[in-house]
Amino acid sequence: MRWLLRKDLLILGRSRLLLALLIVYPVAIALLIGLAISRSPSRPRVAIVDETPPGETVKVGNQRVLVSEYARQLFDKVQAVDVPTRAQAVAKVDSGEVLAAVVIPPDIAARVASDTEAAQLEVLYNGNALEQSLVQSTLNSALAQANLGFSAQIQQAAGSVIGSLLSGGNLGSIGAPENLIGLTQIPPTLGAVIARQPPGHDRTQLERIDAFAGFAAQNLALARRVLSIIGQPIRVNSVLLHGRRTPLNTFAVVVAVSLSLMLVCVLLAAGGVALEREEHALSRLLRGLVTRETLLVEKTLLAAGCAFVIAFAMLAGISAFVALDWSRVGLWLAALAFGAIAFGALGVAIGALAREVRAASLLAFLLSLPLAFLALVPGGSVSGGFYDAIAAISFAFPFKAALQALDAAVNGASPAIGLSLVHLAVLSAVFGALARVGLRSVE
Amino acid sequence: MSAVLRVSALGKRYGELDALRDVSFHADAGELIAVVGPNGAGKTTLLSIIVGIQAPSAGTVDRVTGESSTAGGRGAVSRVGWVPQAPALYSKLSVAENLELFARLEGVADPRAAVARMLEQTGLALRANEPVGRLSGGNRQRVNVALGLIGDPPVLALDEPSASLDPGQRERLWEFVGTRVAAGTTVVFSTHNVSEAQRYADRVLVLAEGRLLFDGAPQALLEQGGEPAGGDLERALVLFLRARAPAASGAHPHPEDMP
Repeated sequence: MRWLLRKDLLILGRSRLLLALLIVYPVAIALLIGLAISRSPSRPRVAIVDETPPGETVKVGNQRVLVSEYARQLFDKVQAVDVPTRAQAVAKVDSGEVLAAVVIPPDIAARVASDTEAAQLEVLYNGNALEQSLVQSTLNSALAQANLGFSAQIQQAAGSVIGSLLSGGNLGSIGAPENLIGLTQIPPTLGAVIARQPPGHDRTQLERIDAFAGFAAQNLALARRVLSIIGQPIRVNSVLLHGRRTPLNTFAVVVAVSLSLMLVCVLLAAGGVALEREEHALSRLLRGLVTRETLLVEKTLLAAGCAFVIAFAMLAGISAFVALDWSRVGLWLAALAFGAIAFGALGVAIGALAREVRAASLLAFLLSLPLAFLALVPGGSVSGGFYDAIAAISFAFPFKAALQALDAAVNGASPAIGLSLVHLAVLSAVFGALARVGLRSVE
Repeated sequence: MSAVLRVSALGKRYGELDALRDVSFHADAGELIAVVGPNGAGKTTLLSIIVGIQAPSAGTVDRVTGESSTAGGRGAVSRVGWVPQAPALYSKLSVAENLELFARLEGVADPRAAVARMLEQTGLALRANEPVGRLSGGNRQRVNVALGLIGDPPVLALDEPSASLDPGQRERLWEFVGTRVAAGTTVVFSTHNVSEAQRYADRVLVLAEGRLLFDGAPQALLEQGGEPAGGDLERALVLFLRARAPAASGAHPHPEDMP
């Protein structure tokens, strides 16, 4: 086998374009992933037209909330381009200078204060379906955040007014009497007055007022508490049942490395076997010089070895951008090795079935990319039956198992790495057997 | 003279098609045997069973090396040299690297010495370090033949070795093969070029529809075809086939000819 390996390494070394691709491709992918996940996502350029008069406020009780504060909340979420008029905003959206425009109408304060009409914003957008989706999603999120912030300020103002009603003092509102008694102070004050009253009609009336004041104070206190939680009535408490939480950036690393491992390995293995056919060397080799099994194992090991080195170099390179736990390096190596061998077995099966290098390479690409795509479809994002079909396909090929093994190795994610390694070993045997069948006919 | 290759009642089926039927012959040391016949006659199938690429469906092939192929089995037969029709070479490797690789795979005791010997015998010593992909068709075929001989096999099988060569290259090829035959190597080759069989072969095997119709000297085939001594063997073969296998004029498909 070592002479076959030496021969293939010589051929690989002389295929300069292929060799350059094998080195440049993972380095480029590693750099792109690293740069992409180490920079904050770009914010869409959005024109903001604030048509409200300067200093416009929404009055709640004795407090005023600035409308400009609402706009500031929006500015934080987008790359804001200040535009004075709606017409100019439309022109910018039309020209593509901005992806969208948000128009804050002049009557927004009046509508908020009216208690009968909901305030409305106008959102204008353009672009292709992807840009529309991005802008809509970003703006919806930004508007929800801004609404939440604005709502919190209004709640704070309303709560302050209710507090003053309960505890008394100066409300600050124009026309309100000074040093007002608070609702909570009425029952003890009135109780002392009632105690001094003889039984009779007046005392009965005072007792009714006292009871009402006590009831009103209790319910207003409840209303203030309700007001404080109504802006965010349900809080989310996330609990991860199995494994460790995988940060999105390290999961992206795992996906990138798994994808590179698969592409390099499957292409090399498929091409290696198909090359033997294309060079008509199979008949010479398989007449007793080399067994079919030896040939397949050699091609698998060569492809797996190259892909293993490249994938490990990628992980090491990406670790310059993303903090990876190097104490788990033994598990990384195990996951990469098992994944590489399974991809190698898939590759030799493709190479044994295809009769030319070009056909094998095309088949390898056509199979690998959809497999990676399907393995990344999250549960619940498609209908149940369709997801079951996707899961079955992903189970029958090594990408998902390799991804899970590497995720478990790098991030400690579930399922446990042992299960994925066993899965990969079984798939290696199955695809190896398929390759053996594919080599049954030599010429 | 003792037989170095004995083929007995050989049969090969591809599904419903009988590619070879009850073929028997033997070859002695230093014999040069041509296998001729129309397309689809079973020539390549016969050679691929002799060298061990395929297992026979019936019958046996016994070789002087002690290796045997029987129905259902496919013994290791690396001691039979094999020169396929299309040069089986690694185009990115040099001539010497190709030779050394197969010398090592054949288990040759001194691979470097074997490479040097084959380079000298094939006249390729000056091109030893040239990638095979840059060689002319004729030189590639010389390397192809050299690979078949690198293990110094007692039996060499060649499948249409001169098909892609010009007359000068063919002449050099047969000179080289002749030296090996003179040294005691048994050579079995298939060809469509009947004049080559007439010029170089000691014996001619005529296959048609998987059957062995003739086994004898070229002169005997001339006689059977009604041609005078020194006449046209190709014409004699055509007449012989018309008389013995009228349906074998290319009407039947054969696995070798299938895409």
